[in-house]
Amino acid sequence: MKKILILGAGTAGTIMANMLNKKINKREWSITIIDQHSNHYYQPGFLFIPFGIYTEKDVVKRKVKFLPKGVEYIQASVELINAEKNQVVLGNQEMVSYDILIIATGCDIAPEETEGLNEGWGKDLFDFYTIGGALALKDKLENWNGGKLVVHVSEMPIKCPVAPIEFVFLADWFFTEKKKNRQEVELVYVTPLDSAFTKPICSEVLGDLFPQKNISLVNKFNVSHVDPKSRKLVSFDNKEVDYDLLVTVPINMGSKLIGRSGLGDDLNFVPTDKHTLQSKDYENIFVIGDATDLPTSKAGSVAHFQGEILTENILNYTNRKPLTAHFDGHANCFIESGYNKAFLIDFNYDYEPVSGTFPLPGIGPFSLLKETKVNHLGKMAFKYIYWNMLLKGIPIPTVSAHMKKSGKNLDLLPD
Amino acid sequence: MEKIIAGYTVDVTEEGYLTQMNQWNKEIAEAIAKELGIHELTEGHWKVIEFLRKDFAETEKVPTTRRIKNVGNIPTKDLYDLFPDGPVLKAAKIAGISKPVSCV
Ligand SMILES: Cc1cc2nc3c(=O)[nH]c(=O)nc-3n(C[C@H](O)[C@H](O)[C@H](O)COP(=O)(O)OP(=O)(O)OC[C@H]3O[C@@H](n4cnc5c(N)ncnc54)[C@H](O)[C@@H]3O)c2cc1C
Repeated sequence: MKKILILGAGTAGTIMANMLNKKINKREWSITIIDQHSNHYYQPGFLFIPFGIYTEKDVVKRKVKFLPKGVEYIQASVELINAEKNQVVLGNQEMVSYDILIIATGCDIAPEETEGLNEGWGKDLFDFYTIGGALALKDKLENWNGGKLVVHVSEMPIKCPVAPIEFVFLADWFFTEKKKNRQEVELVYVTPLDSAFTKPICSEVLGDLFPQKNISLVNKFNVSHVDPKSRKLVSFDNKEVDYDLLVTVPINMGSKLIGRSGLGDDLNFVPTDKHTLQSKDYENIFVIGDATDLPTSKAGSVAHFQGEILTENILNYTNRKPLTAHFDGHANCFIESGYNKAFLIDFNYDYEPVSGTFPLPGIGPFSLLKETKVNHLGKMAFKYIYWNMLLKGIPIPTVSAHMKKSGKNLDLLPD
Repeated sequence: MEKIIAGYTVDVTEEGYLTQMNQWNKEIAEAIAKELGIHELTEGHWKVIEFLRKDFAETEKVPTTRRIKNVGNIPTKDLYDLFPDGPVLKAAKIAGISKPVSCV
């Protein structure tokens, strides 16, 4: 029996286990998946916890619930990938060998990479990219009487690059409608980018909302260190932003396992073929989700689209056929903007987000790059879709792995 | 397209990044630096430029500030002092290599 080994049972690994289990020839191939944790978190839900919209219960379930029967699950931390020998070493020194390896170990925040961040943690300085961070921030916001709230992105790439923008929009709504003390709160968004977001047209649309919502934008700010005592962010070129409460997105890095195993770039992301999802260094290693170094968003939607492509390519590989399934960089993200409204963007490697309708051309019901109530309902419905369809590898009707051009105003794009 | 820099004809992109790293020389570097407002290339600048060229030749990628720090042993703070406002963009242009790709 030959073995497919999946490292990481987060969004991408779980999808792969489910999709492959339906398609692979089980007389020849077995599937094993390894993860260090027993709980699966719906990470997009972390955004809503600080504002009391979701509780921890909404975002956590046991990982095993989503893994199909017949797939072996090992709960252990992986210490090392020995790619030359086709085996991995677990925390207890046990070895597991493989014929095909799928790396789905995601990425995580690395606050230790920025001087001063760890010192202030949990006092005036929070994150919402981890469950612990989101819960602590909820308690803080409940008891916070106002001042200067700075939402800050350390360095790109980060997973879900729109999440910090959503956070500052939701904060505006939260202090206006829920706490009713918006006039006592100054909101500032600090980013290393030239503008609010990475993609020009979308950035312009979102950028316009900042003054409307009375949020100031500090761009091109590359943080050198944080001084938690004087409550200041300092950039490499000596600019300063002071804060009363800092909500930061620390540098995101791939799993330390990738670094230890010598398989990553300087942020521990694995060099990956952008179309086939095969590792650039080993032909029997494939990479999916946030663990890759691909120039598309690090998002659950991307992991889902990649899942279909990778399943096809792994079947190709096992049948000794060329890897003909090609990923186009398709990403799809709702952007919550407060007051029960949201935007939706849909894009790929070649086309940046533009306006239009989704998923049905001309019909919708969602509007691209426009703020609507229906988009907000879509974002909120996504939790159900995530737990019940996406993780289990059940196709979402009318939403395809490749980006559709129909229904989009692509003529708006510069040549 | 072609451009004459310091008397040499070189191939550049629309934004002025050299497309052939072997068309580069120190005089060209000095001329580009002046255009970017850096009037004198000191020993510190050359250390960065040489690292960028060596690393680019090996990896075919413009190194990030993190890689310049970890592999090239040049602290990020120094990089910002030497090439203010967008250090890798400027240093890569002076070093005659590609424009760094921005991330998603
Ligand atoms: C605040 C926030 C909001 C977000 N919002 C959205 C959104 O609106 N839409 C969207 O599409 N995406 C969103 N995302 C992004 C989305 O959650 C991720 O892109 C997605 O989870 C990536 O899946 P993954 O499987 O690659 O990584 P993960 O789901 O993070 O899984 C990685 C797994 O690998 C395991 N692992 C790592 N190293 C080891 C090791 N050494 N040994 C054993 N196990 C290991 C981890 O335990 C983990 O279970 C958001 C993320 C955050 C943080």
